[in-house]
Amino acid sequence: MTALRKPAPARERTILAVPAIHCAGCMSKIEHGLPARLGILSARVNLSARTVTVDHDATIDGHDIVQALAELGYEAQARRDEVAPRLSAARPLLAPLAVAGFAAMNVMLLSVSVWSGAEGSTRDLFHWISAGIGIPAIAFAGLPFFKSAWQAVRRGTTNMDVPISLGVLIATGLSLYETARRGEHAWFDGALMLLTFLLVGRVLDAMMRDRARAGVDALLSQAAQGAMVVGVRGGLSWVEAAKLAAGMVMRVAAGERLAADGDIVSGASRFDQSLLTGESAPISLQQGDRALAGTLNLEAPVDVRVSHAGHDTTLAEIARLMEASTQNRSRYVRIADRAARLYAPAVHTLAALTIVGWLLAGAGLYQALVTGVAVLIITCPCALGLAVPVAQVVASGSLMRAGIMVKDGSALERLATVDRALLDKTGTLTLGQPLPDPAALLALAPDEAAVALALASHSRHPLSRALAAALTKWNIAPAALTGVSERAGEGLSARWEGLEVALSRPQSAGAAIAAALTVEGWPVRLIPFSDRLRPDADVALAGLRRLGIECSILSGDRPAAVAEIALAVGLTAQANARPGDKQAVVARLRASGRKVLVVGDGLNDGPALAAADASFAPASASDVGLQAADLVFVQDSLLALPRAVRAARRTMAVVRQNFALAIGYNLLAVPLAIAGLVTPMVAAIAMSASSLIVVGNSLRLARAAE
Amino acid sequence: MTILLLLIPAALAIGGLGLAAFFWALRNGQFDDPEGNAARILMEDEE
Repeated sequence: MTALRKPAPARERTILAVPAIHCAGCMSKIEHGLPARLGILSARVNLSARTVTVDHDATIDGHDIVQALAELGYEAQARRDEVAPRLSAARPLLAPLAVAGFAAMNVMLLSVSVWSGAEGSTRDLFHWISAGIGIPAIAFAGLPFFKSAWQAVRRGTTNMDVPISLGVLIATGLSLYETARRGEHAWFDGALMLLTFLLVGRVLDAMMRDRARAGVDALLSQAAQGAMVVGVRGGLSWVEAAKLAAGMVMRVAAGERLAADGDIVSGASRFDQSLLTGESAPISLQQGDRALAGTLNLEAPVDVRVSHAGHDTTLAEIARLMEASTQNRSRYVRIADRAARLYAPAVHTLAALTIVGWLLAGAGLYQALVTGVAVLIITCPCALGLAVPVAQVVASGSLMRAGIMVKDGSALERLATVDRALLDKTGTLTLGQPLPDPAALLALAPDEAAVALALASHSRHPLSRALAAALTKWNIAPAALTGVSERAGEGLSARWEGLEVALSRPQSAGAAIAAALTVEGWPVRLIPFSDRLRPDADVALAGLRRLGIECSILSGDRPAAVAEIALAVGLTAQANARPGDKQAVVARLRASGRKVLVVGDGLNDGPALAAADASFAPASASDVGLQAADLVFVQDSLLALPRAVRAARRTMAVVRQNFALAIGYNLLAVPLAIAGLVTPMVAAIAMSASSLIVVGNSLRLARAAE
Repeated sequence: MTILLLLIPAALAIGGLGLAAFFWALRNGQFDDPEGNAARILMEDEE
């Protein structure tokens, strides 16, 4: 036994989300780079969860580590408390699966010996050993099913776990009785095999959900999680969002999001409110104006006095709207449970009728009961239990490879039925961020482009970063600059081959967003920035229409801005919709019998996303959007929408085939069971064969997303 | 058939050993970061 090393008393542990980690190189860079800093003892990367666990002493805090990671080139966020203890769904099922698998294999070995002719005391011995292995294993591995079945029964409903639990428990009880009276048949192998197959299905399902959730968790970090607060003597200190209080003064740099609502005390800047309201044009705010949490400061640093923090912000109202809608969604009954509502009473009646039939035919009570139990065991929904999860796991895996994360198992079921789509404008139909006009970039001379890239890469300003990203994509090498300096709110200047160069806010651009590139002796180049439609928007919308889904735009932006996009994609649109309005539209459509898909990204879409039958968000969405949506797509293209709907429909087709196969198997096996001809061997063969067929059929979905 | 008295306990013990090893691995965080473990074999230690 190795004793766990106790951490030194002053040691602290911080877990940070670092979405950009993706390879061994990143891991090595972080794990070797961080401990080189003062105060950091060790760092360990978890690539699956995209997190870094840092052990450090009390002299530094999370914010220092974020900065250290930023210097290594990784954007990081200290994990919030409510996110950190999120548990894996698959982990608690691994131990039951291992036990069930171990026991099933050993018992099966003994059963095969019995089937091949072991008799008398040898058979009894084998049965007793099987019981010794099987009963504790069934008690442990069956617990997840028994719990879920008991919960359903207590609420007066039924789900797939009810017939499974009954079948397993009755098979175990009968086997124990048979073993005790030195009978011929024991069913421990069947019960254990059933549990193993079902647990495999559930573990796969849970692992897929874990992966999708980890992917989404890595994206969750859009909203500012704290702010630099100006102290009484003018010093700055970092305060977490949860600890901000009314009256504090936050200093918000360009490119940062506000952590709380507040009034601007000094400075003036433009703010991007698109995540909050859907409004695409940035608004100018100055001293005395109210700025809202979640908005992005675009231009110059400002000081903001906090008026509402944490649960009092505008966000809180949106959260309240969402809570009501989420309850709505949880009333959805999954297809497997709907099937069980028909299936369970049917097989239980059948078993009862079998007992009555055998009694009427003059058989003894024991023989009638054994036959009735055999019917229950043979109809135990092994293939039925795998029919849905395996199909959904295979399809989700295929979608994940295509860049679409399915967060919830029932999402594909709900998505398959959708016949009406409401799309948000800013950030959903469009990319949601100002991008440099490609025509203006093409007009630049190669030297100008190189200078522009070099200047832009020196700033964290959103426009600079967009410009740098666009130019890098065109394989332009940055020019060598000297003496680069950035003046907040104005721009960057430097010297290039003896010439003055600058990238600055244009003098006369009006309301439009633009940057001016000045190279001494050359004319000033104006680079306009605008939000653009996502690539393939037309094709994607046409694809949805072909699938019989009627689309329209539902936006919180101004009518003029919405009309422009609506015209470009040929959809009807509703503008100026507030979060509550969007939710009301969804409710109205649902009340008229439509199945509604909502695609949105902003905080303002949250309530509608939660209220819809199915919901979709781009990876660039706000935390609220990502959490409320069922599916998240990571690529820029909107083609993810028709692709996911097609994959969902194909999945449901396979699920229905699986049900047909499983029920077909029952139609063959049940008459044998009623006739009293089913032995444990027949049950074992039938059970594995039907499960294999269902799994094989589901594997056809491996390319569902193509 | 007396050989069974030896073989069955032996088979069970070996199986049980495997199960115990799996539980040990589960408790010791061997399944916490499968992707990371796959990538770690490619890492070079400078020391």
